[in-house]
Amino acid sequence: MFSGFFEWFGSLGIFSWRILKAAVTPPYEWRELIRQLDEIGSKSFPLVALAGSAIGVVISLEARYSLSRFGAKSLFPATLVYSVIQVMGPVITGLVVSGRVGAGIGAELASMRVTEQIDAIEASAINPYRFLAATRILACILMLPLLTLAADACGLLTGWLAQALVEPLSFHQFIESGFSGGTFNAFLPPTFKTAVFGLIIGLIACFQGMNTRGGAAGVGRAATNSVVLASLFLILADVVLVKFILVFFP
Amino acid sequence: MNLATTYDSAMKQGRVQQDATVPAVAVEDLHKSFGSLRVLSGISLSVSRGETLAVLGRSGTGKSVLLRLIIGLVEPDSGSIHINGQDIAGLALDRMGEIRKKMGFLFQHAALYDSLTVAENVAFPLTHHRREMSKSERADWVGQLLAEVGLESGDLEKMPSDISGGMQKRVGLARALTLEPEILLLDEPTAGLDPISSGEINELILKLQRERQMASIVVTHDLHSARTIADRLALLSEGNVVIEGTFKDLQRSDIEFVKKFLELS
Repeated sequence: MFSGFFEWFGSLGIFSWRILKAAVTPPYEWRELIRQLDEIGSKSFPLVALAGSAIGVVISLEARYSLSRFGAKSLFPATLVYSVIQVMGPVITGLVVSGRVGAGIGAELASMRVTEQIDAIEASAINPYRFLAATRILACILMLPLLTLAADACGLLTGWLAQALVEPLSFHQFIESGFSGGTFNAFLPPTFKTAVFGLIIGLIACFQGMNTRGGAAGVGRAATNSVVLASLFLILADVVLVKFILVFFP
Repeated sequence: MNLATTYDSAMKQGRVQQDATVPAVAVEDLHKSFGSLRVLSGISLSVSRGETLAVLGRSGTGKSVLLRLIIGLVEPDSGSIHINGQDIAGLALDRMGEIRKKMGFLFQHAALYDSLTVAENVAFPLTHHRREMSKSERADWVGQLLAEVGLESGDLEKMPSDISGGMQKRVGLARALTLEPEILLLDEPTAGLDPISSGEINELILKLQRERQMASIVVTHDLHSARTIADRLALLSEGNVVIEGTFKDLQRSDIEFVKKFLELS
């Protein structure tokens, strides 16, 4: 079991090195990158917006109840803003994208592997690490922060709405109070840490997909493993990144 | 002097491209195992320009693995593979890509890109390696290639899942020819096809061979197909060549395995 564990990480390391080498040397696959930005970014937007909206409402409901108990209702805007932007927005976006995009990439590449389409790409003198993997990983890295911003915006909007329906609170008041005293350090690092989530989702899904063996069962396994492993590593990475942000961007 | 030494010497003297005696493909003492399963054990073969070699043998004797080794999709355990005199052992992926541009590969199940149309499948290598080509030039090129393999203009926008196995093989063949290869590798070109479609594919391969004078290696179970399209045949058993020669050489052979293979084919 231990040898399998180290073998997996060793293979992932070699795979990452090949992608890095392919990504930084020409020819660059701009057209495929733009296609993937659309596939991963634009098409994930509705799902991420919906998840962000739901989280905004949940935090709003919970925060109002808890803060009322302690007589700290005035802290509601700041609690909602910090909870959505620093904690829930990035993680929920990462997990939603991991489910949609991770499974999609894992299954697509695995299907291409078992039907020899990746071999056909290689036989056509096209580097599959550059064309298939680097473009998808880069698209994940670039789109995750933007999707997180979208999820945050939706979460803040629905959180405010949920509050405003119960007690009058103008949106202007809510934003001013919520962001007062906040610095860039409080909001930007948590948003941009999702680029690391994008790297994890793209890398794990491409690795699982391109190293698949064994027909339809292999494709199913690759899709499942992509989601499970990407989600797991994403949460573990969040632990490290939160500590990193607290130390370097206090 | 072995083949590898001959080629290295030819390379040093800079006469590989001009020297017609250097085979287009030469493998020597090639070994390949997958775990404990030994697939190839010391196979040596060569093919010259304008020549077609058919590789025959029972299932699991390493015929397809041989093709995958030649195009560099699989690394050999030992032995050498020379393409136009150049040893491909240990070449980086991008360097190997330069050699692959001179080779066309038809996969056993065609391996068409299922998210692309027939025309896009054939144009795929062009969009990467002939970026200077305009859209209309590319479309003309693809149209000509597909016409050459017997497809009609109405088939161009179809998806691979909407065409028959025989048509998929034709599209795969057109894709293999897109970059005007000097070497053509065909993995079971007639497998799974009805006799009429098989005959048409054989005719097509012969026609292409006459017109383009490529060095071709055809892996097949189909003795009739091999006899029709190949100049020489090599029969594999247990990872090695049992006999190599013309069909008549095989017929004249006293080797029990060869007799049995011909009798049952």
